[in-house]
Amino acid sequence: MIVAEQKSFKEIVEYLRGKYDLLIVPCMSCTAVCFAGGVQQGEELASALRIHCKMHGDGLNCTVRPVTRQCDPEFIEELTGEVAQADSILSLACGVGVQFLAERYPDKAVIPALNTSFAGGKTAPGIWEERCSLCGNCVLHVTGGICPITRCAKGLLNGPCGGSEQGRCEIDPNLPCAWQLIINRMNGLGRLEELLAFQCPKDWSTGNAGGLRRLVREDLRLK
Amino acid sequence: MAKQYPLKIIAFTCYNCAYAAADLAGSMRLSYHPAVSIVGIPCTGAVEPAVILNAFEQGIDGVFVAGCLDGECHYKTGNLHARERVRQLRGDLERIGLEPERLEMFQLSAAMGSRFAELVNEFVERIYTLGPSPVRPGLDCGGRKK
Ligand code: SF4
Ligand code: SF4
Repeated sequence: MIVAEQKSFKEIVEYLRGKYDLLIVPCMSCTAVCFAGGVQQGEELASALRIHCKMHGDGLNCTVRPVTRQCDPEFIEELTGEVAQADSILSLACGVGVQFLAERYPDKAVIPALNTSFAGGKTAPGIWEERCSLCGNCVLHVTGGICPITRCAKGLLNGPCGGSEQGRCEIDPNLPCAWQLIINRMNGLGRLEELLAFQCPKDWSTGNAGGLRRLVREDLRLK
Repeated sequence: MAKQYPLKIIAFTCYNCAYAAADLAGSMRLSYHPAVSIVGIPCTGAVEPAVILNAFEQGIDGVFVAGCLDGECHYKTGNLHARERVRQLRGDLERIGLEPERLEMFQLSAAMGSRFAELVNEFVERIYTLGPSPVRPGLDCGGRKK
């Protein structure tokens, strides 16, 4: 899932200067699951903003209206009525949701309440870790299910850099060396030999260096 | 006690400890300040931050959450989660501009009736010293300035 965290309250208040009717839109998918942009967080933010306004005499009217998924036109279409009443939208979705709202409602100021952090998952209650850099050409079958692009601090694809010590990464000793993990795993699977096999240079044309990426599925398109 | 004016304080108390302690205080005929409205809950871990913020939004002068002693939560760690949430919410209140001292977490057992009465009186005294909440319900968020 997409993992995100809320921007500071001070920053959000700053972005809302001069706004009067605010529609706060939580997203009930990824950002709700990581407790950054769900209904609860939307209600908390609305309360905090109202308290702030009641103390400072600003006239900011906050309405909370969650949607199932902000990265889906079908769901943000449901907001049309509420958006018409608002002069600005505070989105608690990831950057994708914010942009979809901005595209659908071009005459409204759409403000992100979150910083979109990474594609990852929960490793323990209250802890999320990155796992994928979305390279578009997955090599996990070669590396024992451990992504060297994301988890090696240097993104090395052909083995460790040589700086790994006691299984820790030389860049940050708090991190396990990704290549040590890969080697341990392949060893455990009895597949260590496979790491010696020649690998062609990775095809980076699927990466995000060339601007927006688009995926087209003819079988799903409306004809 | 500092200057008296009508105060509104909400206490979210766990049925397994603080709520029972409040009950015991009553049975012991101990009097404590009437400004406190007690809300019974199954576990302090179930008190959502949005509910506490909403109380402040409505102009409540102080809120305390009272749960079990460490290691005695009937749901294992609800009280510890609540304590951490209260700690974080106090930071939030400060950032919003409200005194964090208006929010507190207490931990006690069902047998601590007289301690409950004492805590209530101490908390009320603290809120009197801070003065009424600057968030008054009358001060409404207007929306678009006409
Ligand atoms: S190899 Fe690419 S697609 Fe696979 S996990 Fe790593 S970054 Fe993600
Ligand atoms: S120590 Fe391991 S994880 Fe760190 S940069 Fe070198 S190979 Fe990558």
